[in-house]
Amino acid sequence: MFDAIKVRIKQGKQYISDVKRAEVNPKFRGFPKLDDKTCTSCGNCTGVCPSGAVTGRPLKIDMGKCTFCGDCQRACPNQSIQFTNFHKLSADRREALIVNEKTDPNQYTVDAVQARHEIKRLFGRSLKLRSVSAGGCNGCELELNACSNVNFDMTRFGIEIVASPRHADGIVITGPVSENMAYALEDTLLAVPSPRIIIAMGTCAISGGVFQNSPALNRKFFDKYKIDLYVPGCPVHPLTFINGVLRFLGR
Amino acid sequence: MSWAVTGNNQTIELASIPVKTPAELCTEIIEQCRRGARPVAFFGHKQSSGVRLFVILANDPRSELMASSATFAEGEKSYPSITSEIPAFHLFEREFYEDTGIRPEGHPWLKPVRFSHNRADQSAKMADYPFFKVEGESVHEVGVGPVHAGVIEPGHFRFMCSGEKVHHLEIHLGYQHRGIEPAMADGSIWKKSKLVESIAGDSAIANSLAYSSLLESAAGIEVSARATAIRTLALELERVALHMSSMSGLCGDVGDLTGNTFFGATRTYVINSLLDICGSRFGYSLIRPGGVNFNIDAELSVKLLKTLEMVRERVFLIGERTFNMPGVLSRFQHTGIVDDKTAEQINMVGITARASGLKRDIRADHPFGFYRLYPAYKLTLDSGDVFARAYMRYLEAKRSLGYMIDLLSGLPPGGQLLAERGSLKPDSMTVSMVEGPRGELVHVMITGANGEAVRYKFKDPSFNNWFGLALAVRGEGVSDFPICNKSFDLSYCGYDL
Repeated sequence: MFDAIKVRIKQGKQYISDVKRAEVNPKFRGFPKLDDKTCTSCGNCTGVCPSGAVTGRPLKIDMGKCTFCGDCQRACPNQSIQFTNFHKLSADRREALIVNEKTDPNQYTVDAVQARHEIKRLFGRSLKLRSVSAGGCNGCELELNACSNVNFDMTRFGIEIVASPRHADGIVITGPVSENMAYALEDTLLAVPSPRIIIAMGTCAISGGVFQNSPALNRKFFDKYKIDLYVPGCPVHPLTFINGVLRFLGR
Repeated sequence: MSWAVTGNNQTIELASIPVKTPAELCTEIIEQCRRGARPVAFFGHKQSSGVRLFVILANDPRSELMASSATFAEGEKSYPSITSEIPAFHLFEREFYEDTGIRPEGHPWLKPVRFSHNRADQSAKMADYPFFKVEGESVHEVGVGPVHAGVIEPGHFRFMCSGEKVHHLEIHLGYQHRGIEPAMADGSIWKKSKLVESIAGDSAIANSLAYSSLLESAAGIEVSARATAIRTLALELERVALHMSSMSGLCGDVGDLTGNTFFGATRTYVINSLLDICGSRFGYSLIRPGGVNFNIDAELSVKLLKTLEMVRERVFLIGERTFNMPGVLSRFQHTGIVDDKTAEQINMVGITARASGLKRDIRADHPFGFYRLYPAYKLTLDSGDVFARAYMRYLEAKRSLGYMIDLLSGLPPGGQLLAERGSLKPDSMTVSMVEGPRGELVHVMITGANGEAVRYKFKDPSFNNWFGLALAVRGEGVSDFPICNKSFDLSYCGYDL
């Protein structure tokens, strides 16, 4: 009994009270800041990028392919690429994830996700999601779990991971979708009653990431179904996910 | 000489590895294993004609590895199975068969492993997995997965039960298969850091440490003491993080919500320490061949020490509370037992093997990194039940935290963090083993005539331990499966590759 009370006192308050204003650790690699003026097109960045996310002249980074490893930043002799700790990276269109020198992070957040009226009406106050891990490394899966833990507590917004597709309003896909998982992924989606949404969480789900050239994948799902929300990251930080979904819901 | 003797993080010439006929090799393997050796790697390498089978056995008391090989000519499609004599080979032989189509004759359980995309028999389909059948009036089956009820990786479990009692559990994996092994041998091996980190996110540090140590050995690169210390610290952080997450899940599964949230919040402190060091909660980008990308300066060192002291206090507090609760103990004790004999037979490794009384820990048996200078001691428990596996996590977390606090207090002074790359020794084989959060990770690389990687083989600890879970639930109620599963806490993607 005594121990239980001590535990309760020690635990204290763990939750982040304002997730919208919370900042991630300064070392976190989020939104990349690019500088064309100092770039000499030496090609170091494109050479070291493990997933072909960087292109030069003018400098562009596709956050849907980027693994946020920072190798390009370290390889650049002129500091033309700097990852900032800005974490609100979600977008509702694939092409919006490609950023260049002119992209301002705060404006990006406003433009990249446009809250649609019908989404707000249907799911604004309650969104139940089903998670499908399809070839993931368990990084995004652990972070999606963390969204519901005592620190991030996404359930307070009515956003919840549920145990059956029949109870869900949509699915969250993590992983690059392996051939062996392609059938189960589509089957799960079809078991979710309409109207439903699809969220692609993490670089692997969005583009295949480091596995994009692997013959063991089957990404036909993405040609067949429209993705409603892209949440980049490797792995996705819980605050990136929660803020992305909140914006998507118009909140 | 029948075996080439090598060690952890050592490179040997391919020419020094004996080449036998398959039958000779099998006889020698059986002889060595009867004397106490155990397999750590067993894989085929396709050659211009035929296949060369490499086997690496570990002699733990002598900290030695023994390598040998055999060649199969084109069209030679079988050999006498080792498994019926030495069960530890059961999954290694299944994997070899799936990859090459060479059949181990007399294998008692020759089933698919992961339906890899480059499997020898392309007609084998996932939907036709040959499940074991139990028949009888009261027998029924419970199928779960591949998509599970929480946020969990995919895998299919099929229970054959009578009433509530499980007779047999069949674990069918392969859904996470992304073709990592062939991707390692495609293009420059030095550019694979990110791929290696993506094998299993919760073991990213362990895998990148094995990969980097391997390349450093093969290219003769010296890593500074400071970089080695930072790597070792990160590995222990990863271990504590996984133990906290397993304990959180275990508490949740027996309805102890205080334990669930407290262990969960404690894990957050641990992974946020990794974020402090390298900008990723999973330690991505920290370790690269040659050293580390990030330093721990004086200010950060003080901050980390403070956090780890606080985490240790939290772990003590919640551990003593949890393991004194009758409600928790009654579910944990005598549930899902794997005895030491079984664990040894099926070659279990890591924390789950230590909970069954096997004194196996790569940090002590085949020391690497900072463990060579500041040893880690082996802890074991005998009961082999859920309690032992859970309590072991508590004990190891405490020990790891103590280790890290000592390490941080005497961090070796500055030196080069990241050494220059070199060129890999041609026609050689290098083995690197790391004790990751779940146990022994094995990386093996074979280089070609120009020093390029022609074959890269992984073995995750979960490869050894999934079968242990299947045996643990035999005779238990189906409702005890979640705690048995969580107490093992195995990796799907590490197994599926």
